Amino acid sequence: MCLAIPGRIVEFASDQTALAKVDVAGVKRNVNISLLEDGEIGIGDWVLIHVGFAMSKIEEAQARDQLRMLSALGEDQMAMEEIRGYNFAENALRSGDASTALRQAQGDT
Amino acid sequence: MPFAQETLRRPFDKLRVTLRMKYVDEFRDPQLIKNVSREIVRLADPDRHYRIMEVCGGHTHAIYRHGLKQLLPENVELIHGPGCPVCVLPMGRIDDGLAIAEQRNVVMTAFGDMMRVPGTRGTPLELKARGVDIRMVYSPLDALRIAQTTPEKHVFFFAIGFETTAPSTALTLARAKALGIRNFSVFSNHVTIVPAIRAILDSPDMRLDAFVGPGHVSTVTGCRPYEFIARDYGKPVVISGFEPLDILESILMILRQLRVKESRVENQYRRIVPWEGNLPALRAIGEAFELRPYFEWRGLGFISQSALRVSGAYAAWDSEVQFEVPGVRVTDPKAAQCGEVLKGVLKPPQCKLFGKECNPEHPVGALMVSSEGACAAYYRYVHLNESVTV
Repeated sequence: MCLAIPGRIVEFASDQTALAKVDVAGVKRNVNISLLEDGEIGIGDWVLIHVGFAMSKIEEAQARDQLRMLSALGEDQMAMEEIRGYNFAENALRSGDASTALRQAQGDT
Repeated sequence: MPFAQETLRRPFDKLRVTLRMKYVDEFRDPQLIKNVSREIVRLADPDRHYRIMEVCGGHTHAIYRHGLKQLLPENVELIHGPGCPVCVLPMGRIDDGLAIAEQRNVVMTAFGDMMRVPGTRGTPLELKARGVDIRMVYSPLDALRIAQTTPEKHVFFFAIGFETTAPSTALTLARAKALGIRNFSVFSNHVTIVPAIRAILDSPDMRLDAFVGPGHVSTVTGCRPYEFIARDYGKPVVISGFEPLDILESILMILRQLRVKESRVENQYRRIVPWEGNLPALRAIGEAFELRPYFEWRGLGFISQSALRVSGAYAAWDSEVQFEVPGVRVTDPKAAQCGEVLKGVLKPPQCKLFGKECNPEHPVGALMVSSEGACAAYYRYVHLNESVTV
């Protein structure tokens, strides 16, 4: 829960949902970017992620340090599990729930 | 000076032994670590005993994991602070959450850290095994997502954490409100770190010289909230990163202040922590939460204005408004001394249950559950910390 996971912004959501796709050691998931100031980050920037939210922008070197430190603390597996576990913005169709898919299509992810 | 050499010999001998440890070689820059350790030994007055509290459980974990105590002279003692969210949560609150979970058509969601924390009648994981619908999530947004996909049930999020996680819960509440999702609520157990530090400073049995300030919490709060510690209590505070070198450097910065009888807030973790904190995050907390008049902390008792409840504007999403919560105070198992360990009065192995009835497989107290809990960290890395066993 208190893990700070470094990820690289690879894509912004096209709608107004304050989401961006991040790449964490090859695993791509959407995270919420509302806690960063408008225009603070761009594609290719690195952020620290807490429980599904990008909390701060960091430099690439710091991101690498952070990944290495997670592994030194034996927390790298936990961090990857956490990233894989973020499902809030993944395709709702997989759940087979049409109403959710509809809401999502209307901008609710 | 022969006298000085004599008084310094013992710590230096200890250092030489320590530096042969293989763990030091695993650090990113062993030479820098050695230099900082030497400087700490040089600056520490051998006639004085230093008690420095690392507030954050993440630091506690790193200190044990890397055996950092062995790089410090014996008279520089680290006291483990209250910065482990599941550790400071009183058992009554776990019971309250589980009582909501047991109501009809309710789904409880919680972070993994919560799942193995014992309540009076078992852990969330054990209740799940008995058929109560309890699901682990990695983000409060996933809890909200479950509410969206399970409209026939009420989904509540058992929220815990300091200022690091509170903004995420706050934004999830804002999203639930914006989308009009009415089958979702938050059972808030969010706490704030500064009142706990003040309570520790005001506690008569707690004599501390300085604080290693929390890293990620400060990303949100910034450094200003700690200024009273330096100004009113005359204790240095150094906000620290989590690498071995960060923690040692922070201790060195503290010793430098103490040596010239200064007390300031310094930011060793400047690469991550802005002095002013994260303003959008603070705004989000202010919007969705309000301070409780008081809240009980395990080991520290009731602390005024130390916790966050869901604000009136979000009452429709507040589990404590939407459900009957028993609110019964539960005392910890008598033999367990979690409170004393949390206050730093006892070291983990001094607890009567440590490593016997209470171990990571069968934790009696929460400090043995979370990796940030002092007991779990000590138990796991005891081989690196044998010299501090009492």
